[in-house]
Amino acid sequence: MSTSTTSGTDSDSGTGGGGSAYDARFRVWRGDVEGGDLKDFTVRVNEGEVVLDIIHRLQATQAPDLAVRWNCKAGKCGSCSAEINGRPRLMCMTRMSVFAREDVITVTPLRAFPVVRDLVTDVGFNYTKAREVPAFVPPKDLGPGEYRMMQEDVDRSQEFRKCIECFLCQDTCHVVRDHEENKTAFAGPRFLMRVAELDMHPLDAAADTGLDRKATAQEEHGLGYCNITKCCTEVCPEGIHITDNALIPLKERAVDRKYDPLVWLGNKIRRRPT
Amino acid sequence: MATGTEPHLKKGTAPGGVRHGTRAAITAAHLRTDRWWLQPAATAAGLFAFVVYSTWRAFANADYYEAPYVSPFYSPCIAENCEPMKNGPNWEIFGSWWGLSPALLILIFPLGFRLTCYYYRKAYYRGFWASPPACAVAEPHATYTGETRFPLILQNIHRYFFYAAVPVAGILTYDTVLAFRDEHYAWGHMGLGTLVFLVNIVLIWAYTLSCHSCRHIVGGKLKHFSKHPVRYRMWRWVGWLNGRHMLLAWASLISVALADFYVYLIASGAFDDPRLF
Repeated sequence: MSTSTTSGTDSDSGTGGGGSAYDARFRVWRGDVEGGDLKDFTVRVNEGEVVLDIIHRLQATQAPDLAVRWNCKAGKCGSCSAEINGRPRLMCMTRMSVFAREDVITVTPLRAFPVVRDLVTDVGFNYTKAREVPAFVPPKDLGPGEYRMMQEDVDRSQEFRKCIECFLCQDTCHVVRDHEENKTAFAGPRFLMRVAELDMHPLDAAADTGLDRKATAQEEHGLGYCNITKCCTEVCPEGIHITDNALIPLKERAVDRKYDPLVWLGNKIRRRPT
Repeated sequence: MATGTEPHLKKGTAPGGVRHGTRAAITAAHLRTDRWWLQPAATAAGLFAFVVYSTWRAFANADYYEAPYVSPFYSPCIAENCEPMKNGPNWEIFGSWWGLSPALLILIFPLGFRLTCYYYRKAYYRGFWASPPACAVAEPHATYTGETRFPLILQNIHRYFFYAAVPVAGILTYDTVLAFRDEHYAWGHMGLGTLVFLVNIVLIWAYTLSCHSCRHIVGGKLKHFSKHPVRYRMWRWVGWLNGRHMLLAWASLISVALADFYVYLIASGAFDDPRLF
């Protein structure tokens, strides 16, 4: 990795200012699929700003061709995912106040996906994986508008529905981050969570159509690759307990159908709906 | 193979992680600036210390009983070479042919329970196997198959060990009840050891019941909580405990070692158990 230094700063160009403004040192990855490196910048920081503000100021004053993907600036669209000081985070939700003024702040694109340019990566892997998860199967005896569910039955699924699809969990998961070859077999935490959500859904009738979501989780979406080291949970900006509430329960459901003789025996003796 | 998810690799590059393929050209394994190594290092050191201590105590075959206390490492004692314990948990199931420490016969169950525990898996995968050492820190292994094949596919037997851990915790509860005797087996007494045993058994039960398998069995496997209100309530209780599973895993690991060490001290004559009444 080489590092180059740009000339000049935008110290005088920052908006706002006042006594709390200061110049921060940034290292931002610039490049594309052919190569690139970390470039040094000094950028004005004002009180209350987040990393995305600084990237925008950098773009406006020193690097007009810097590619960065963003949209809502409110932590809800999941667009501005990047790695800040090596940690997968949303740039719009990372306050500058969490860093010391003398820190050098490194911003790189997500390192699990192919780079397009600068801070923009190709996250198409995730959309492909999303399409591989069979959709909700509506019950035959209910029409649209006739669904009735108790709150306690949907609480679990609703936690997973908070997902903003920033793909930070997919980026940090070492199964694909450190092993490109596993991308074929492994759906990643976000989409295993989707399988769990559907398998827990009180009205999902996939089983009636012969679709066993527990089996597909293991056989088609690579549940066994997950070694529950919880990095997906650690980086989730929505605070979803991906590992404890989705991945481990899904593993336990797989154990039910494949490894537990007591469950097998119970099912043989007496079948009752769960 | 799923279409569209074939590895993105440049020609001439080997499959790999963050340094390979079409990803951003950054050679560093990670760019983290915090002390990410501290947690796995502390975890590895703590687990290693427990392994060393428990190995020594399990093979020692001595100083594990002093009325009315029996070390949790040796309970139940199911070989003929156990020290006699009045009303204690020594059942000679294994007869006289077993010549090694009787602790080895029973420790397999709590050891298996903890070894396959979802929390401990995270702890030792990170601490000992660096898979990964920390989030967004590249692991050193060339290939990874996770828990899809032998031997790690055996992690799925965690539930069997949970089934075994429940009666073991029940026997340790019985030992705690027996600790309300004095050294002459008279009931209605308490010593400092009784308090140590009480704290230990509360933590052992809390850890056992906070297990992810327990959470699944009591209610997590259901689709319709509203049809099973009792199990739903139990699932919520276990869920509350489960949120503290890591804390309970460490607390109970330390407490069981301390309870054993306390018995070792009084059995070896290092000091007398202070009697409260």
